[in-house]
Amino acid sequence: MAEAGGITTESVAGDRARAARTMLDQVVLPGEELLLPEQEDAEGPGGAGERPLRLNAGTRSRGRVVCGPGLRRSGDRLLVTKCGRLRHKEPGGGSSGGGVYWVDSQQKRYVPVKGDHVIGIVTAKSGDIFKVDVGGSEPASLSYLAFEGATKRNRPNVQVGDLIYGQFVVANKDMEPEMVCIDSCGRASGMGVIGQDGLLFKVTLGLIRKLLAPDCEILQEVGKLYPLEIVFGMNGRIWVKAKTIQQTLILANILEACEHMTADQRKQIFSRLAE
Amino acid sequence: MKETPLSNCERRFLLRAIEEKKRLDGRQTYDYRNIKISFGTDYGCCIVELGKTRVLGQVSCELVSPKLNRATEGILFFNLELSQMAAPAFEPGRQSDLLVKLNRLLERCLRNSKCIDTESLCVVAGEKVWQIRVDLHLLNHDGNIIDAASIAAIVALCHFRRPDVSVQGDEVTLYTPEERDPVPLSIHHMPICVSFAFFQQGTYLLVDPNEREERVMDGLLVIAMNKHREICTIQSSGGIMLLKDQVLRCSKIAGVKVLEITELIQKALENDRKVRKEGGKYGFAESIASQRITAFKMEKAPIDTSDVEEKAEEIIAEAEPPLEVVSNPVLWTPGTAQIGEGVENSWGDLEDSEKEEEDEDGTDEAIILDSIKMDIGVEVSNIGSQDAPIVLSD
Repeated sequence: MAEAGGITTESVAGDRARAARTMLDQVVLPGEELLLPEQEDAEGPGGAGERPLRLNAGTRSRGRVVCGPGLRRSGDRLLVTKCGRLRHKEPGGGSSGGGVYWVDSQQKRYVPVKGDHVIGIVTAKSGDIFKVDVGGSEPASLSYLAFEGATKRNRPNVQVGDLIYGQFVVANKDMEPEMVCIDSCGRASGMGVIGQDGLLFKVTLGLIRKLLAPDCEILQEVGKLYPLEIVFGMNGRIWVKAKTIQQTLILANILEACEHMTADQRKQIFSRLAE
Repeated sequence: MKETPLSNCERRFLLRAIEEKKRLDGRQTYDYRNIKISFGTDYGCCIVELGKTRVLGQVSCELVSPKLNRATEGILFFNLELSQMAAPAFEPGRQSDLLVKLNRLLERCLRNSKCIDTESLCVVAGEKVWQIRVDLHLLNHDGNIIDAASIAAIVALCHFRRPDVSVQGDEVTLYTPEERDPVPLSIHHMPICVSFAFFQQGTYLLVDPNEREERVMDGLLVIAMNKHREICTIQSSGGIMLLKDQVLRCSKIAGVKVLEITELIQKALENDRKVRKEGGKYGFAESIASQRITAFKMEKAPIDTSDVEEKAEEIIAEAEPPLEVVSNPVLWTPGTAQIGEGVENSWGDLEDSEKEEEDEDGTDEAIILDSIKMDIGVEVSNIGSQDAPIVLSD
């Protein structure tokens, strides 16, 4: 009985860990384990984990595989922590590293990440810092000196309820997030208080990533429609401003609908609006 | 969690847009959002979607003793709950003001208007009456909870069927749904709430405000009306001052809207009745469209089950039969007795280190058990130290 029990557990563990290569672009669920390419070769024939000695450099050299969002390292394998589709990107430089693996998941709730540019709403002014709501579990703190050209005498003109575009310098699960509106050289580079008019609306995080991808056609087509100003925050907030209210509303509705439209439907709508 | 604050920029934009008679989703001033009504498999269960606001309504009934001062009337009980999934700001302790206001409005709309005939709910006067309980749960908050809740309540009540009861002299027989078809409630009319939001001290008004518009509004006027143009309840909140002709105008608009909504409800009830009569499939699962881009389906994966039988037989053959239970208890010490031996540990392969520990501990028990077995005469194969009985960890 003990032997039979032993066999069943082993096969269960073996079934659960699949090669990451075969699961690309497929839906993975939290709790699944993925094997990186070198490990599957080792575990295939031997079964006892013997690593055959490789003398030729022709096989894929592992380098450093980067574990992106939605994945975590557990021992030698990758553990999936979010449900979504598994993606992989080969490294650009040829041999540096083994590429990046990540899970494309859909989410509306934002978790602050260091370096992200976000749109926040000022909720309180207390002494030297502003409390800014960024959609996470805690409001972020923003010092009044973290603006371009701000000194103790020359304070920035920020009121409660204003919109701020800034980036995180501290964002982890143990501390309150902190953001600033200048980059490392002290220049604003587009950050700071966002203008008075315009409309702020919220979309899913996946849509923002799609719109900010380098080769996104949606933005180019939108730009051809009307002159507009637009700010994307990685926390799912978009601020848009056009000449008239009607145009602003049209843009907001198009961007929200882009999530669920196919490329053809989108082109139809744009061609209708352009008339 | 705290509510997301409304930025100055949004507030200004919304007010300017309303002055230009533009709404965020492209509706006109007097337009309602899309209303979708779907029914569950049980009678009395429905989900109403007003745009993105969703309310789930469920009606249930019970036989109870009536109230002392109303011995011949049934009891109605309404309850609206704001579920935490509806909005991040809804927390178990924090929503009391809004909750009380909504519950009171709902009660006034449905109970005081006498839309349900409570006399017909009486079974035995003074002893047994039906208590009808309507539970409403807000599943998603995108503005105008009260309208969606009132539609859900009345639709659920119209859809509900209570068990049939017959009284013969002193005998009361309650029939199960299998014996006799359940009976619908007797409903006189359908009161429906219509909300009007006012902006800029009553200058502009909007029907069916969504969540953004509710945040910037100055005041709210709710009119509950039925299709016969009878006003059941009217409530104005927010402290704005309304003129007489404004209120009259709102009531006229409410009359038109209530007619449309009542037609929609009748159609939905009729559809559901038809589907149930023809024996088709009904319920929430059927109302979810599977052709949309947001629905994700995977193709069914074919599984080869041809060798399942052989594998099953193999496993059965290799497994040992469970030990027979011996009914004579064996007394070890005063207070400790053993009946039988328990079943083999089927949790799978133990690690080597644990097995060794077990062997050390288990040898004593194995010896004792061996002797017991010889006494009782039960033969057990594989009594080696590896198959030590279950060691209870401390």
